[in-house]
Amino acid sequence: MTEDGDGSPGVLDPVSRSAPHAVLTVEPSGVISRLNDAARGLLGASAGRALAAAAPGWLADAHRALEDLVGAGTATASGPIGDRVFEARAVPLHSARGAPVPTAWWLADITERVRLAEDLAAERRRMAFLAEESGWFLGSLNLERCMEAAVRLAARHLAGAALVIAAPSGPTYPVAYCGSDGDPEHEERVIDLAEVPGLAEAMRGLPPPRWIDPSDVPGWVARPEPGVQGAIAVIGLPGQGVPAGVLLLRRRGRPGFSESEETVVRLFARQAGAAMAAARLYGEQASITETLMRDLLPPPAQHLPGIELAARYRPSEDAERVGGDFYDVYPAESGGESLVVLGDVAGKGLEAAVLTGKIRTTLRALLPLAGDHRRVLELVNAALLHDGGTRFATLVLASVRREERRVRVRLTSAGHAPPLIVRGDGPIEEAPTGGSLIGVLDEIVSTTAEVTLWPGDTCLMYTDGITEAFGGPLGDEMFGEERLYAGLAGCGGMLPEALVERVHMLAAEWVRGNRHDDMAIIAITAPRRSERGGS
Amino acid sequence: MTRAPDSLADRLWEAVTSGDEAAAADTAIAALDGGLDIEDLLLDVIAPLQGRIGSEWAANRFSVAREHLATAVNERVISALAHHPAVRERQQARRRPGRVAVACIDGEWHALPARLVTEVLRLRGWHVDYLGAQVPTQHLVSYLHGTGPAVIALSSSIATRLPAAHAAIAACRATGTPVMVGGAAFGPGGRYAARLGADAWAADARAAADRLAEGPPPAPPAVHRQVIDDLPHLADMEYAHVSRTAPDLVRHVLDGLASRFPDMAAYSEQQLHHTAEDVAHIVDFLGAALYVDDPDLFSGFMAWAAGLLAARGVPARSLLPALELLSERLEGRPRAIAMLDRAHTEIRNARNGHGTRPG
Repeated sequence: MTEDGDGSPGVLDPVSRSAPHAVLTVEPSGVISRLNDAARGLLGASAGRALAAAAPGWLADAHRALEDLVGAGTATASGPIGDRVFEARAVPLHSARGAPVPTAWWLADITERVRLAEDLAAERRRMAFLAEESGWFLGSLNLERCMEAAVRLAARHLAGAALVIAAPSGPTYPVAYCGSDGDPEHEERVIDLAEVPGLAEAMRGLPPPRWIDPSDVPGWVARPEPGVQGAIAVIGLPGQGVPAGVLLLRRRGRPGFSESEETVVRLFARQAGAAMAAARLYGEQASITETLMRDLLPPPAQHLPGIELAARYRPSEDAERVGGDFYDVYPAESGGESLVVLGDVAGKGLEAAVLTGKIRTTLRALLPLAGDHRRVLELVNAALLHDGGTRFATLVLASVRREERRVRVRLTSAGHAPPLIVRGDGPIEEAPTGGSLIGVLDEIVSTTAEVTLWPGDTCLMYTDGITEAFGGPLGDEMFGEERLYAGLAGCGGMLPEALVERVHMLAAEWVRGNRHDDMAIIAITAPRRSERGGS
Repeated sequence: MTRAPDSLADRLWEAVTSGDEAAAADTAIAALDGGLDIEDLLLDVIAPLQGRIGSEWAANRFSVAREHLATAVNERVISALAHHPAVRERQQARRRPGRVAVACIDGEWHALPARLVTEVLRLRGWHVDYLGAQVPTQHLVSYLHGTGPAVIALSSSIATRLPAAHAAIAACRATGTPVMVGGAAFGPGGRYAARLGADAWAADARAAADRLAEGPPPAPPAVHRQVIDDLPHLADMEYAHVSRTAPDLVRHVLDGLASRFPDMAAYSEQQLHHTAEDVAHIVDFLGAALYVDDPDLFSGFMAWAAGLLAARGVPARSLLPALELLSERLEGRPRAIAMLDRAHTEIRNARNGHGTRPG
């Protein structure tokens, strides 16, 4: 390319001349000496002009920078010329050592390549955003948390500020807002949907997004946000069947989404809506379960006058809160006997729990007869047989009365392990009571034991989930009564909650994290001293 | 921070360890009425007292029953203080928005540290849901979905519960709830907390309250993590092997001990059972050390166990054959072997096998 093919000055050889890329030669002085047709068309310049005057600044700068790069191979630069983007590549024409040489600049149009790269990067950002966002929404079943995630993500990636209004629960709408500080807030608000144009429609799930002017909406929607001006998009959040709420995006600039933005916003709205709907459904189901379960759960700690009591219950399945063991505590009406009941229904899980519910209700109705344990057991037995089920139960009834410093306990076991009396000074006794299972035979028998608890003595009742706990260091043994007695040795005089915990701990450590049956333990203790401020 | 006079600590110790609940509550409330700051009372008097109860048991000066009794009385004292009008007033005066949950992980019986965190956070004005000791992870998750607290604080004292703690941390974080952890299980300086993915760690109740005063940790990123993502060393399956075959390892050690020490034939059932339990503990701690990949954890436990035996008049050397038998059975498991070897060497070299209680 050092010779002019046709001899005319300033024109490149025929090959370069018609090359698809613009090519020009620049002298060390910075003057353009030759150009091909494409270069002439692109720059609108001819030979003899200074590069700095004929070409954009970035190319002139790149040429000046060449002086520092002598011998370092080719240099490249890129920048706009007109409305296109070019990559310029410099090729030194002589390699004479030290002497300044002319440089050929080849200019390639990379507009399309740059656009594709930008599109790809934007696409990747959107993918990353959608992946992050779906992760948030997949994890949570809490409405408030889903809404906070929605506004935080939207404010960061889709808008300057975002507001989510969930479908109402009662008279109020849950509202979450996140501004440019990235810190979401949550409130319950009474809203007149007519306050915000398009809100009522969006709340009914009517597409498409609608753009409104911030000056048309109340202050709680268009909150002052430094640097975020422009329109607000009102977007419905589709739920499962019924709309889950509305998303309001406060955007910089003019109203409207680009095509790719709209795709992302729509996907986001669908995921946020689905997550909110699922969370709401979960919340409603959980609250129904809670209500139905209330009667099946063990009662909260009960106080009996002049008597210390502690109880503990652990269902077999970690996932469940109820099972086939139960206890109840009925404080004495006035100075009479309090009744404590511990029971175990065959089977476990919810099905067993439902039967415990029936037995507990029956027992409650029979409270006025609690003075006669045999009679109560007969009636419960008849009720269970009448029910026609195949399940049976074991029960212990304990009628408890404080007499001066002593506590009198009448104990009747119906097919249940006899309660243990842990004396304050150490000895452990089995209460001499026994009787038939409930729900199997028409006629039942039972023996009632009368026990006196002196201060520091405890009457301990437990279900077979304790003694039949399976495991041990070798993983192949039942915990058994002997180990229970051994574990209680030296436990005389313990407070009832400590004793209950000890028994539970012995059994739980025996099973070593493996599956176990329902466990219930209850301890009735005669206080060692008169209670503070009490009787 | 004002230090309570020693006499208060002594009087309270006297009342608590003799099981005199009324005297203990009276002493604590009198100190409160006398102007002692409630937070200082809880953390500088009652918390150390609980630590002392544990040490007395370890040194064989307290029976199990006495330890339980003292702990129960201590808990009742905390309850009595929590209901004191001055304490309630202070909780109300500092009321702040935001709900925090406090729970012990599944299988964790030591509720007192979590209880203290609960009371201190309440004093700092937080609404605290105290979920109690050994909460099954499933219950934690449904609670978090239902209630959505700003943060959940999980407590664990015993290192053998670390795998369960890890599962609980991951499950809580998967609901989008940040997790703060505390308790001796997480090692010196809380070294396992970050390894197990916790968002924050606190050395004690005061540190937990100070940390939360800066605002709850940010919600964890919604990336589903597998156990192996946090702990890549688990790929060697050594932990999985040891935990799965624990009963078999215990059996192997017991059989080996019986053939090495003919005297064992004369052991009572009770003695045999105790030996089996001790060996099972060693296997559990080896498992935990493999889980977090920290040989210190196992050595620390063995030193503590040696101290415990010494306090009961049993020479620490008696632990060595068990370690040897385990090494024999775990041949080809390099991490486990290295941990067993190191503990073996340390016990052999120790003159007086007293250690501090492990995590």
